[in-house]
Amino acid sequence: MKFSDVMNTAGEWLRGDGPHHQIVISSRVRLARNLRNRPFPGWAKKAERSSILDLVISRVEALPEMQESFSESLQDLSALDRQVLVERHLISREHAAKGMGSAVMVNRRQTISIMINEEDHLRMQSIRSGLQLKQAFKLVDKIDSALENKLDFAFDPRLGYLTACPTNVGTGMRASAMLHLPGLVLSELINQVIQAVSKIGLAVRGLYGEGTEAMGNLFQISNQTTLGEKEEEIINRLSKVIETIIEKEHDARLMLLQKKPDTVCDQIGRAYGVLTYAHAMASKEALNLLSIIKLGMDLGAFPEDGRLPIDELFIETQPAHLQKSSQQKLNAEERDHLRAQIIRERLKLFPKPDISKMARESGNGSAAQPSNNE
Amino acid sequence: MLCDVCKCNDATVFLTQILEGKMQKVNLCDACSKEKGVQDPTGFALADLLLGIGAAEEIEKGAPTQKCAVCGFSQADFKKTGRLGCSACYVTFAEGLSALLKAMHKGTEHVGKLPGRAQRTMVLNHRMRALTENLQKAVADENYETAASLRDQIKQLESELSNSL
Repeated sequence: MKFSDVMNTAGEWLRGDGPHHQIVISSRVRLARNLRNRPFPGWAKKAERSSILDLVISRVEALPEMQESFSESLQDLSALDRQVLVERHLISREHAAKGMGSAVMVNRRQTISIMINEEDHLRMQSIRSGLQLKQAFKLVDKIDSALENKLDFAFDPRLGYLTACPTNVGTGMRASAMLHLPGLVLSELINQVIQAVSKIGLAVRGLYGEGTEAMGNLFQISNQTTLGEKEEEIINRLSKVIETIIEKEHDARLMLLQKKPDTVCDQIGRAYGVLTYAHAMASKEALNLLSIIKLGMDLGAFPEDGRLPIDELFIETQPAHLQKSSQQKLNAEERDHLRAQIIRERLKLFPKPDISKMARESGNGSAAQPSNNE
Repeated sequence: MLCDVCKCNDATVFLTQILEGKMQKVNLCDACSKEKGVQDPTGFALADLLLGIGAAEEIEKGAPTQKCAVCGFSQADFKKTGRLGCSACYVTFAEGLSALLKAMHKGTEHVGKLPGRAQRTMVLNHRMRALTENLQKAVADENYETAASLRDQIKQLESELSNSL
């Protein structure tokens, strides 16, 4: 499988319709593993990293799940291609900065990606649509068990799987879900939620993980600790918290429709207007406005068949995707023009927001419907 | 505002560093800031900021001059990077790491997935030793209720062990 194949097909998680997919964009589980008594990638010399890469990659390529996969050494990928993979959440920003002795593999359906010599020798990730942490874990666990028979993983009877950073030791597992929470942001309840979540040992982050800004009302929530709890327990705990946040998001949307229907309609109308007519649009503005259109979609203001075209825009309007699809290097100004153009084209086929449908279809069946809004 | 390190003096040095795109704020009193080498930004321990104040010190306690026999990594390297050199470093720096891990995680022992057969037996043996020790202690303390429950757990583990062979 070539890079162009990855580029030309959206990941299954984007097209899929897992449980709660309106609010939970995707679920990801990654496992960190290392070879026993071999220096971690950050400490290994170049030659050693390469020899570890050769050893690991041959074992990974032999897995039935990774047949016909995309497999490339980082040094053979252009900076732009690496950035595309970051925007798809297939590799981390840290991995994109690696070169010689590091590699990435992605299966055909883009449900599994394996980073070799990131911070650990192996970082295996599974990504699914909607709230499917258990299924994501099952998939990556299977790959781990298969590799375990062929590679000598560093494991300590007391501390579990040993990792380069002590924060990952034990299960080596990080489970996370990407949530779209415009209701909680608009009703200014989001900070309360973030604080509550942080207090119970879970982390909330922006779009591209650690240290990134929250854009497009998108938030990543993940487990913070990895030692002293079983994988299933961590995932159950996380899933329960996410289900609560989903409920809170539905409540917030309902409240907004009941108490501030004009504000909600105004936001959706403005987002539609700007996206339809603007000729220059920065990436952050696009994400924020698309998020409001997505909210309008959930509330019934737009027909359901417009969902995928909007969801795809979230990815397609990212800087690297934009440049890759136009097949040229663009400066920021050119990107903003192209971004606005792509969005305008896409929205041409889009009907105006139908406000009358909104009140009736709100709440997504999770709570009582508001009566006529005066 | 109190100093983050000694927690008794007023903080006079307010340090903000951006590391790996993440903003970290540390408030220190005059004495602690000198001791931590904050005046000299290059000498400031990255491990402290990455893993919390005192991390570098914790690991220093165990093995001040020791180097990992497998990969040559030293505690100074940990102080600089906040990462370890290889899996054997967990043994080399075990003493210092244990406090760090305790503060960082929910528990101190791995209870999740076990790898392949050979290592599984090793883990079960480790758990058996721990249970037996607890049992002896419970009996010595005349804590018979606990002892009975431990005996059940040992029985269960014994059958797991014989299955795994």
